[in-house]
Amino acid sequence: MSVSEPKVTSTGLPPAARAELDEVRKRYPTTEAALLPALHIAQRAWGGWLPDEAIAAVAAELDLPASKVYGVVTFYDLYHQKPVGRYRIRVCTNLSCQLRGCEEIMETLHQELKVGEDEVTPDGRCSFIHFECLGSCDTAPMMMVNDDYHENLTPDRVRQILRGFK
Amino acid sequence: MFEPVLTQNVGKPEALTLKGYRQLGGYEGLSKALLMEPDAIIEEVKKSGLRGRGGAGFSAGLKWSFIPKGKDKPKYLVCNADESEPGTFKDRLLMENDPHQLIEGCAICCYAVQASTCYIYIRGEYTKSAVLLERALKEAYEAGVLGSSVLGSGFKLDMYIHRGAGAYICGEETGMLESLEGKRGQPRVKPPFPAVVGAFGSPTVINNVETLCNVPHILTRGADWFKSIGTDEKNTGPKLYAISGHVDRPGTYEYPIGITFREMLDKAGGMYKGGTLKAFIPGGASAPILPASQIDLKMDFDSVAKAGSMLGSAAVIVMDDTTCLVRSVARLSKFFNHESCGQCTPCREGTNWMELLLHRLEDGHGRETDGQLLLNVCSHIGGNSLCALGDAAIGPVKSLVDRFWPEVEQHIREKRCPFPQRRYFGNGS
Repeated sequence: MSVSEPKVTSTGLPPAARAELDEVRKRYPTTEAALLPALHIAQRAWGGWLPDEAIAAVAAELDLPASKVYGVVTFYDLYHQKPVGRYRIRVCTNLSCQLRGCEEIMETLHQELKVGEDEVTPDGRCSFIHFECLGSCDTAPMMMVNDDYHENLTPDRVRQILRGFK
Repeated sequence: MFEPVLTQNVGKPEALTLKGYRQLGGYEGLSKALLMEPDAIIEEVKKSGLRGRGGAGFSAGLKWSFIPKGKDKPKYLVCNADESEPGTFKDRLLMENDPHQLIEGCAICCYAVQASTCYIYIRGEYTKSAVLLERALKEAYEAGVLGSSVLGSGFKLDMYIHRGAGAYICGEETGMLESLEGKRGQPRVKPPFPAVVGAFGSPTVINNVETLCNVPHILTRGADWFKSIGTDEKNTGPKLYAISGHVDRPGTYEYPIGITFREMLDKAGGMYKGGTLKAFIPGGASAPILPASQIDLKMDFDSVAKAGSMLGSAAVIVMDDTTCLVRSVARLSKFFNHESCGQCTPCREGTNWMELLLHRLEDGHGRETDGQLLLNVCSHIGGNSLCALGDAAIGPVKSLVDRFWPEVEQHIREKRCPFPQRRYFGNGS
């Protein structure tokens, strides 16, 4: 039985993303080394996740097999293979945050957003997941919303943050 | 009276700019280094006794001396800023408050081993660190601190940020190199060691952020000054301790290496809400748990090892007597299971079984034989994987069974967790 790669057509990286990638490539002696930054760039260009089309675009750009790119995507927690909310919430649930009450934070998110972990709210606004240590143990419990840290959380503070989302 | 060294610029916003950093005495170490023979720098760092602050505690100077001389291959420095050990947040403080200190440390190391490219591998979640460092790098290039002639010395140096994408294993040095090269972060077989075959097949030094931040100070103030701080000849210099969990004022504190845990706890305001100390982890999630009776332990590499744990990244997690240790260790095992790269069978399968067994105990379905079973799984993981993740994963589990068995037994006997129940995000999530 022969296995062939699924054919995914891609229009390629958007021009701005390609320009950014061209800058980054100069930093490395090999093309392949630009793969992690390329995937970060592509993920931003595709609204926070990497559909097959984005993976194919990166593979074509760096002249790598799509399977190889796919293997890298699945290895790392920050690359997403399904749609995420405009506000992506990561709640640290590792030990230091567990000792200071991360369960309450998770519960508040469940109650307020009325979706399960890694599901997007119907309006496309939010998604949340529990996450490993985010290196903010001195301000536990904490969560990350997109690129920002929110620290020393209480359920009220979480509700207030959610109300601030557009 | 100990004056902070590594954190002396923390809370001074001017340190974020090149001009401000210079006014605070910055880049003097680099200027001095550029007038020295590279080998003399390596000797000075060796003499200082500086040991790696990332976890393993290996002599930094010795590591540098393994880099072959000669110019037949390019050489690299990779700064490990992938800080992901649960409980650790010290490197983030250094990068967010004093980025030029790190750049200076990296530049001195590069000159000492004659590397002309440095990558700072920052974990993907640390956006603020990356943005501030990127800004500092830009300024350093514009001022001629980096680039074709470092401070006019003729030494060429390029420095780049490389951002990770969320994988603990990339903090392991060869996993990091794989990730830098655009691959899955699966550790390599050693030897060859990175000093011989590292990034892109070339000799490479890999040092932690805090380790490199010590270097400018060793150059400006001398190895003898550095050695005068600490417990003994083998445990020298200032050290950052990240303290979290059940303490009143969690945070990053700088002390001479070897401060006792009791003093550290006092200075962090004592126990959270006046609780009673039950146990503590002295060096991040990989370090075996110690009981409260070890409160007078000196927090240096060798004293902590002698007590049956490790200083690791000096991430101190404090637990009071309301803490269920089965639940705590179950959480750590969940972490290691999630983060095992899957390459070596003992680690991939073993960490999964440990997690399942610990959840079973916490859920009240444990069996009398589970202690032996856990130790048995540990014995099959230990020493049987390519990198240290497997060994790290068994540290907390073994210490739970060996040192806190009565608590585990209580879970089995009462068929429930004896501590107040909170919603549990262990199984399945």
